[in-house]
Amino acid sequence: MCPECDARVSVPDDVERGELVQCPECGVELEVVALEPLRFIVAPPEEEDWGE
Amino acid sequence: MRAAVVGGAGYAGGELLRLLADHPCVEVTQVTSERLSGKRLDSVHPPLRGRTDLRFRPRDRLESADVVFAALEHGESSRQLDLLRATAPVVIDLGADFRLRAAGDYPRWYGWDHPRAEALGSAVYGLAELHRDALRDATLVATGGCLATASILALAPLFTADVVDRSLPLVIEAKTGSSAGGAQSGDATHHPHRSGEMRSYAPAGHRHTAEIMQELGLNGGGPVIAFSATSVEAVRGVLVTAHVFLDRDLEDRDVWHIYRERYAAEPFVRIVKSASGLHRTPNPKLLSGTNYCDIGFERDPHSRRLVVMSALDNLVKGAAGQAVQALNIRCGWDERTGLGFAGLYPL
Repeated sequence: MCPECDARVSVPDDVERGELVQCPECGVELEVVALEPLRFIVAPPEEEDWGE
Repeated sequence: MRAAVVGGAGYAGGELLRLLADHPCVEVTQVTSERLSGKRLDSVHPPLRGRTDLRFRPRDRLESADVVFAALEHGESSRQLDLLRATAPVVIDLGADFRLRAAGDYPRWYGWDHPRAEALGSAVYGLAELHRDALRDATLVATGGCLATASILALAPLFTADVVDRSLPLVIEAKTGSSAGGAQSGDATHHPHRSGEMRSYAPAGHRHTAEIMQELGLNGGGPVIAFSATSVEAVRGVLVTAHVFLDRDLEDRDVWHIYRERYAAEPFVRIVKSASGLHRTPNPKLLSGTNYCDIGFERDPHSRRLVVMSALDNLVKGAAGQAVQALNIRCGWDERTGLGFAGLYPL
């Protein structure tokens, strides 16, 4: 599950620890921190800066 | 199914004709316009070029149909109700005449007494996401106003979940493009006035406030709806930004759950809240010509304010597309029929 929005996140069978995947619903970048069971943390988001 | 369109010369009528031209179950057999009687439809609606040879006819030459759409000026379809009902067993009105259930709301919000108040009780508000079951056997459908539709879809899940602090005002700022003003020109639409404009045209007292209160079930109490509308430099599109104060602390995932629960099965409502990329929040430009309403949200980290954003195309989900979706439900068809256009990008 995505820790940000609780959406179900599927990963490839050969996913590795440390790999980045994207939540299909909220788009947040997730880092795979454990495989059995699968667990993610939110990777630092890219900020939008319009210079205001 | 034979469809008639009464008042087909305007923008909403034209959009309806564009959508119905691709509807596999509907054939438009007659379109009225008093002003353009005798002229070809494609003389004012260029998307119909090569699609139809129909010409506008006057209302007094209407023949029977299976469904009749009314795309008339506000206040006109109620005066024409007998004609509409004599034309077809199902009437779908794109105007405001049958949106409000209480006759007393018309003098208050529209400035006129309703001539057919007895019909208000049988009319079904056309928003499928709220009234799908009632639409299945409706004989009079009133599609919602564009700004009201965007606002209602943005806020309904929060009221269903009962997480709104009703003691504080709920502020809605709606920005809209020029086509919401209709096809007839006026002083405010003159190019030197309209071009480059960001004008607060209804800071208070906007008519759609009444629909929002009615459909959110707020006529009996709070919160106060503080609705303002601004015209912006666009032809199509509505962007609503609603400021809701919650009655408890919620995390993002809680709000996601609330919106998912309400809209997961809805074909035309999408939750748009992306943590990455260019398109992180709803943007009406991306919805031009589509029947989607995109909804996003952001929590204020310093208070219980939740900012809900809602975008749609005022002529499609805010008018003609909503009408076609209602017809699809009324007829038992897949409600996406004829509404499959997903938009252009870039645009």
